[in-house]
Amino acid sequence: MPVLNQTPSNIPEFSVSELSGAIKKTLENGFSQVRVRAECGRVTIAKSGHIYFDLKDDKAVINAIIWAGTARNLKTKPEEGLEVIATGRITTFEGQSRYQIIIDTIEPAGMGAILAQLEERRKKLAAEGLFDETRKKAIPYLPKTIGVITSPTGAVIRDILHRITERFPSHILLWGVLVQGDKAAAQIVHAVEGFNALSPNGETPRPDLLIVARGGGSIEDLWCFNEESVVRAVAASEIPIISAVGHETDTTLIDYAADLRAPTPTGAAEKAVPVRAELDAYLSSVEGRLKSALLRRLNNAKLELNAIQSNFPKGQDLFAYQAQQLDNIELRLLPALQSQISKANNLFAKTGTKFGTHLLGQDLRLKKQNLSALENRLAQGVKSTLRHEIIKIERQKDAATQVFGRLSLAFKQNTNSLTVKLDSLGNRLNILDYKNVLKRGFALVQDKNNQIIKSAEAAKKAHELNIIFADSGIIAQIKPQKPEQGNLF
Amino acid sequence: MPATDEIDIKSLSFEAALRELEEITRSLETGEASLEDSIKLFERGSALKMHCDEKLKSAQMRVEQIVETQNGIKTKPYSDDKN
Repeated sequence: MPVLNQTPSNIPEFSVSELSGAIKKTLENGFSQVRVRAECGRVTIAKSGHIYFDLKDDKAVINAIIWAGTARNLKTKPEEGLEVIATGRITTFEGQSRYQIIIDTIEPAGMGAILAQLEERRKKLAAEGLFDETRKKAIPYLPKTIGVITSPTGAVIRDILHRITERFPSHILLWGVLVQGDKAAAQIVHAVEGFNALSPNGETPRPDLLIVARGGGSIEDLWCFNEESVVRAVAASEIPIISAVGHETDTTLIDYAADLRAPTPTGAAEKAVPVRAELDAYLSSVEGRLKSALLRRLNNAKLELNAIQSNFPKGQDLFAYQAQQLDNIELRLLPALQSQISKANNLFAKTGTKFGTHLLGQDLRLKKQNLSALENRLAQGVKSTLRHEIIKIERQKDAATQVFGRLSLAFKQNTNSLTVKLDSLGNRLNILDYKNVLKRGFALVQDKNNQIIKSAEAAKKAHELNIIFADSGIIAQIKPQKPEQGNLF
Repeated sequence: MPATDEIDIKSLSFEAALRELEEITRSLETGEASLEDSIKLFERGSALKMHCDEKLKSAQMRVEQIVETQNGIKTKPYSDDKN
């Protein structure tokens, strides 16, 4: 059998360890600083704090490690599915013939990746119920103290203070924090928890409303408001929180966790306090409604009272009958007087010279007495009737008192005017007393039968005339008359 | 009774007083209450309105900044002079 004689090689022989060591040296020298774009695979965080995960694309996988010391300072931590750009160096794990990348920095690869990461986180926190509507607390209508968490300098706090002053001057507690950078999230969490830890009646009163605010910026600038710790602190706050981060188009995760999201810091101030002037105006309008409601109620009561009163006899109705009686009496009185006068005339004519006019006067005086007696009786009669009515009325409700006042006044006026009328009728009677006429130089002419002669024609026909003067009468004979002699008087 | 009413109103927050004032106004507006009760409602409403007015008038702007010390949370007057 031929012996296979292999040509001895001059290639040096390595032990496995030597070989592995050589490969390690080659890889570490050749790939001491690499940047790799990849999607994160399964992520494992060891108890030691080291993070083990895969970086992969559609064809290959490479193991990646972030040592705990590095991990603590990383802004972006690997999450499964996250597309990243990792910077690090290649090394080998000799025990298993593996190579791996030790990562120094890791950052999300591009906007899409950032948003994807944000969305992943949002879904995760939403699944925990942190954004549930039922968790939202009501914003107080008029907060006593408002805690503001933002940068103590700059436009944001100025805008907020300005708008609050303008709307409703309030007590503001500012907790100054960094609003971007690595330390921002921790400070914001601390401020939210700090405000919540205050006692409502303590030296520094616990606010009844918080505003977490920041001005506009890039998504990286606003990133601290997407941090899980911040979102959790806001969701856990017992004090209602209004978030106002960036511009209207920026939405950070804190906006989902806050009880109310304002588009801008100024908007947060507007949602925090009402406008005092508007409240003033509204209060006045409510007061106006209150007053007019009471007035309406009082008017209704007045109407009810009037309705009750209308069931009582009215003043004019009470006196209508009496007034009519008065009118009747008055109407009958004048003809009665006139008929008395004419009777007196007749008597006078009948008595002629046989009776002195003083008798007529006596007669008239008697009639005048009768008249005044009639007047008295009339007034008494009216009075007693009215008094009777008034007694009846006084038994009615007190509410009618006012009406009764008017009634008794009307009563007085009625009787007064009756007296005046009767007086004037007496005067007219006096004037009609022809004795007074005779006293003024007139004479009364009668024929033999005591008929009054009213014309020259009648006188011519009579043979004798009784001419009655104021003192006494004479008998005159009629002589035949010449036409031009005319009237005897 | 008016005395306890006053104390009771003084302890009310603005919105609670306003809410009650609105309720009183609405019930007075229905006109269903007796005259006596209407007047009582009106008086209570007027007192509530005065209370709200006082709350509005007494509002003053006060801005303090939180300072953390070893003895806990303190405040100092806020000024924007760094800016």
